[in-house]
Amino acid sequence: MAITFDHVNYMYQPNSPFEAVGLSDVSFTVPSESFTAIIGHTGSGKSTLVQHLNGLLKPTSGTVTVDDFQLTAKTTNKHLKSLHQHVGMVFQFPENQLFDQTVERDIAFGPLNFGFTNEEAMSLAHQAAHDVGLPDELLNRSPFELSGGQMRRVAIAGVLASQPRVLVLDEPTAGLDPRGRAEMMAMFAKLKADQQLTVILVTHQMDDVADYADQALVMAHSNLIKAGTPAEIFANPEWVKAQQLALPTAANFAQHLVTRGFEFDSLPLTAEQLAIQLRGQLPKEGR
Amino acid sequence: MLEQLTLGRYIPGHSWLHRLDPRAKLVLACYFIVIAFLTTNWLTYVLMFAFIGGVIFLTGLSFSYFVRGIGPLIWLIVFTAILQLLFTPGGHIYWHWGILMITSTGIQTSTAVFLRFLLIITMATVLTLTTAPLAIADGVEALLRPLRVIHFPVAQTALMLSVALRFVPTLLDEAQTIMNAQRARGVEFNNGGLIKRLRAIVPLLIPLFVGAIGRADDLATAMESRGYQGATNRTRYRVLKWHNADTIAVVVILVLNVVLVVLRHM
Repeated sequence: MAITFDHVNYMYQPNSPFEAVGLSDVSFTVPSESFTAIIGHTGSGKSTLVQHLNGLLKPTSGTVTVDDFQLTAKTTNKHLKSLHQHVGMVFQFPENQLFDQTVERDIAFGPLNFGFTNEEAMSLAHQAAHDVGLPDELLNRSPFELSGGQMRRVAIAGVLASQPRVLVLDEPTAGLDPRGRAEMMAMFAKLKADQQLTVILVTHQMDDVADYADQALVMAHSNLIKAGTPAEIFANPEWVKAQQLALPTAANFAQHLVTRGFEFDSLPLTAEQLAIQLRGQLPKEGR
Repeated sequence: MLEQLTLGRYIPGHSWLHRLDPRAKLVLACYFIVIAFLTTNWLTYVLMFAFIGGVIFLTGLSFSYFVRGIGPLIWLIVFTAILQLLFTPGGHIYWHWGILMITSTGIQTSTAVFLRFLLIITMATVLTLTTAPLAIADGVEALLRPLRVIHFPVAQTALMLSVALRFVPTLLDEAQTIMNAQRARGVEFNNGGLIKRLRAIVPLLIPLFVGAIGRADDLATAMESRGYQGATNRTRYRVLKWHNADTIAVVVILVLNVVLVVLRHM
């Protein structure tokens, strides 16, 4: 599903002493089945932006278009249910949304709300549990008995079970150990390929942007200040630092190599790109 | 939805009212609420509303903010007033149907209920809008202190109160987050009949309780690791000081009381 933001503004608690700008004139397009990363420092409006994707927040002015659904200030809540189903949201620390008595029932909760029959919901729940790598023997346990990493997988399965076409991930790997983080990102990449999902990822991990994203959106002070491929975003390291962001590990490494006399045609963003460009430059005995 | 209610909310500021001693504010707000019941004729209502108008002016907050904040509660007030109107016998009967009737006494009492309710809620709103929750807890502790004579656990009660107040915004935020997550999974909180709505609350309440209990546990650990012990005589960082302004506020309320008593006999 393609997504378009057209001059979207959002104001928190308008006309009160707590009034605050959430989004200011944000416009961009996300092609169907692409992987888009949203980056920016804390409080820059990333989470506000993604909450517009499934109508949890409605623009104060402007239009959000998801496929053929148009979301404006006037959209009523009654029309939002199909949008909720087609745009799956994985919030920060999604394990906080678990509540049911068994893992299976918690995962099936979404499909049941969206009108699937009990059998369909259970079958979708089993499929989603399998997709996120939860062993079958956990399905009848209470979600509160599981480890933190397993709880997060249950919560993600609970979103996937409703068969969304767009998957919005708000810092899905926060609080996981490095291995759990790598596994989780690989899992999202596989899900995207298998189910032809459009993925939107809010993240502070520049390596994930370099490794997975087709395009990146940079937010600062409620504004969208740059949109482009990761190569375009990271092309100017000084600008990146000025936005309180960082370079991907490989790019950082390459920059240090430049001060030692190495030369790169373009700044490598991933370990693979770095290795390819280094191959010809290493002295013979080092190979 | 949760954002609209102003009752119980604090807005930081530096007005004369913000800087009053919380003990004075607590006692005077209660005192005002009590003397609100001394109102009888229109002169006394004019006096009280003029007074509360002045108080609102002193908060430095916009008048419309109060109007909108009290808006959601107006239905409660109107409902109470209508009950009074329909069930009060006495005086001249204008209309009656079964046990329902509109009488002259009914009109008088329901008007009184409506206006007094409005005065009380506005004053309570002023108190919470201009007093930080922790200052309220300090004030309550100071006012309860005499009860130590009868071994009432004043320090612990005050701690419980301040912890509870401290976590109100945190829990509201968390409730909002969980609501969003469950709405994204297809729960409709504002649709359907009573039973459907009650059922929709379960997926909200369970995670909220799980989170709150976890948080309470963490807080207890953090406090113990910093050596907190309940019963000892603790010194405090924020020491309450009585200023001239507090005395002036007391005098103003006493004068209001006297004028009120005079007016009600006119």
